[in-house]
Amino acid sequence: MTETPPQTTAKPDAPGVELLSFLIGDQYFCLDIMSVREIRGGTRATPLPHAPAYMRGVINLRGVVLPVMDLARRLDLDTAADTGRKVIIVVARGERSLGLLVDAVSDILTVPEAALQAPPELPADAGRSFISSLAIVDGRMIRVLDLGAVLPPTGEVAA
Amino acid sequence: MAEIRAAFFIECEDLLEELQDGLQAMDDGLADTETINTVFRAVHSIKGGAGAFGLDALVGFAHRFETALDEVRAGRMEATGEVVSVFVSGSDILADLVQGSREGVAVPDSRIAPVTAALDTLIAPPADGSDATDDTTQIDFQPMALSLDLDLDTTAPAATPPHGWDIGFRPETSLFEAGNEPLYLFRALSELGPLTVSCDDAGVPPLDALVPEEACLGWRASLTTPESAAAIEDIFEFVDGLCQLDIRPSERHSPGATDHPDTPAPPQPTPAVSPPQLPASAPPGSARSASPDLAGERPAEPAPVTPVSTVRVDLERIDRLVNLVGELVINQAMLSQSIDAAGVAPNSPVRAGLEEFLQLTRDIQDSVMMIRAQPVKSLFQRMGRILREAAADIGKEVRLHTEGENTEVDKTVIERLADPLTHMIRNAIDHGLEDPQTRAALGKPHVGHVFLRASHRSGRIVIEIGDDGAGIDRERIRDKAIDRGLIAADSTLADSEIDNLLFLPGFSTADQISRLSGRGVGMDVVRSAIQALGGRISISSRPGAGTTFSISLPLTLAVLDGMVVKVASETIVVPLGAIHETLALAEDDLRRLGPTTHVVNVRDQFVPLLDLGAELGFRAPLGAYAGQVLLLIGQEDGSSAAVVVDAIEDQRQVVIKGLADNYGRVPGIAAATILGDGQIALILDPADLISQARGHTRAPAAAPAASSLHPAAGLQP
Repeated sequence: MTETPPQTTAKPDAPGVELLSFLIGDQYFCLDIMSVREIRGGTRATPLPHAPAYMRGVINLRGVVLPVMDLARRLDLDTAADTGRKVIIVVARGERSLGLLVDAVSDILTVPEAALQAPPELPADAGRSFISSLAIVDGRMIRVLDLGAVLPPTGEVAA
Repeated sequence: MAEIRAAFFIECEDLLEELQDGLQAMDDGLADTETINTVFRAVHSIKGGAGAFGLDALVGFAHRFETALDEVRAGRMEATGEVVSVFVSGSDILADLVQGSREGVAVPDSRIAPVTAALDTLIAPPADGSDATDDTTQIDFQPMALSLDLDLDTTAPAATPPHGWDIGFRPETSLFEAGNEPLYLFRALSELGPLTVSCDDAGVPPLDALVPEEACLGWRASLTTPESAAAIEDIFEFVDGLCQLDIRPSERHSPGATDHPDTPAPPQPTPAVSPPQLPASAPPGSARSASPDLAGERPAEPAPVTPVSTVRVDLERIDRLVNLVGELVINQAMLSQSIDAAGVAPNSPVRAGLEEFLQLTRDIQDSVMMIRAQPVKSLFQRMGRILREAAADIGKEVRLHTEGENTEVDKTVIERLADPLTHMIRNAIDHGLEDPQTRAALGKPHVGHVFLRASHRSGRIVIEIGDDGAGIDRERIRDKAIDRGLIAADSTLADSEIDNLLFLPGFSTADQISRLSGRGVGMDVVRSAIQALGGRISISSRPGAGTTFSISLPLTLAVLDGMVVKVASETIVVPLGAIHETLALAEDDLRRLGPTTHVVNVRDQFVPLLDLGAELGFRAPLGAYAGQVLLLIGQEDGSSAAVVVDAIEDQRQVVIKGLADNYGRVPGIAAATILGDGQIALILDPADLISQARGHTRAPAAAPAASSLHPAAGLQP
């Protein structure tokens, strides 16, 4: 049940960063496509005891135990009701792999580096630290996720 | 070339192991001639291989070592304790040099020099005769040492006139099986001087009785050479024990320097079929002491046992096989589940087939696991070295006793045990054993003892490291823990609780940092290394009698026999080995203990009750537990706990999938597995669960957090 994103806004000739955009609630986020390994339908995850609330649990990804993080909870966002239509984006960072549970995957965008701007300082917004930059594509604001900040530090997990 | 080189280093490891075995036997006073020969051959083979690869440092040292060993082999020197200990350090350096050559790192001369000097002293005892060998033997055998050198210098000094040798050589079948070729031996002989060889075919049976794989030929060679008997023996070094060899000076002529090699073959003295009758005929003057010694040994030697043939395989290939078998086990589980779902009749052929498939899977799996298993011997030998070095560093005399060296453990476990064991051995020497004066004052033998034992115990491997030192100073540990705020000053702790404080991070009792230990890497690191292997560690200590650490490890890291249970609608696998019994909880057996705790009366023993769902944070405690299913879980230390689950589903083998790689360690959970329906189930770590549930081994500050329910409970979709 992988969703095929419509290729409308892709501009393959322009140099820039390729980003995978997805929805959480009604907000658009995106990730550098190079860190995305695959996209798969949401399945029931086996919950982990003593895990932070944003950890959905673990799923079986072709024989590998893959932890799944509920990105909405991680970012403290409202999320669409669990309709079973959620999607898991499998990302890899170094040796670790992780599934990110999102509401829907929407698009692959190519954004020129110049169009990415640093997010303004807003100390009150705790979620901001997860955003590395902002861009405007087709009149929508896209938040580029800082994967390093989103992944749970291993130390926290072991505690 | 690189492959051959790699093969050489692998062979070196085996040879070093053989060497250490032999030296250990010598040290224990169990050495016979064969042991010394084995030790000698091991060093000789390393030297030979190293020469082929131009590893000069290694060759140089091995040569010196070999020469020193030859003194003992030839009976010119007695293998006293001191001598053996020089050899032991020699083998350490040899191991270093092999390692250094392998990695292309030079071993610092400062390490080698003292050992070299010690070996040199053995080879040529100082003039004052302080060496163990007495004067007469020295005089008697002095010439031998010279002749050995000659054969290494290759050019024969003109001084020695050539003399004739009769060599009887009759290969055993095993010589050919080992891939030797007599022709090369004769070729090597012919390099020493003019050589005539005649074949003795008297032993060849009639054609119809001929067994083609058996050796039935013998040869007689007559050689004229200025070299000594030892040089000739050297040529046969590698077939030693694989043939009947008889070297004696030719009786025909002693000044026979002019003997023409092409004169008709020397008279065949009594068909050379009867070879090992030599000791009697060895002329006293010219025969070197070495030859009767060795030859005399030969007839007594039992027929060489055909070695078990082995294959070297890349670990990677085995791992792939292990993974595939893991998948097979999962697949088989899925298959049985779908056959169940299809509602196949219990007696149908499909069921029978599945049953057989199950059995086969299990057999395959066991066999594959056996491939990975290795005796712990190599690990223990490494520890022997650590112990010697540590003891020398700190000036205590320590002996290592090992038991159960042939216990087999998964290779990965062996590799990953090395660091924790090293640390514990050092601890035992540094903290465990008293210094010699104290020992003497206590009436203990001044040599300290450290024990390393490995054994199988109910499906697990138990490795124990013990010492006969002072035992744990519990008062001091308690004070220290209070000092550091790890426990409250007024807390009363049982002995075992105090012992367990040692495992707290950063806990070190050494008042001064010594060279060996006390640098902050403590037992907590050891414990986490052991836990990462799915193992547990426990301490037992008696004041004045010593401390023993026991490490209990699973046999394999890949598969586990487990009981599949349901709790709070989650599936959990409990290792079968931990479960002593299962029972249904009767209302009568349940007693309230504290405000929030229960105990269960199991045959008049009160056992704490743990709700698995609550412990894992999946649900709030039920409160009423009558009629629930109980798993009675036993622990290494003999204590047990009753764990409540909702239902027992199945009992089966599960494949262990690590959680730590992608996530990290989860308290109370050992690993995960994939069930027949493709879902992941967590594998419980009962000991961890129980210890955390009791608040043991956790600092008080952290304890409330450990036992509180985690918000993860509300997470299920």
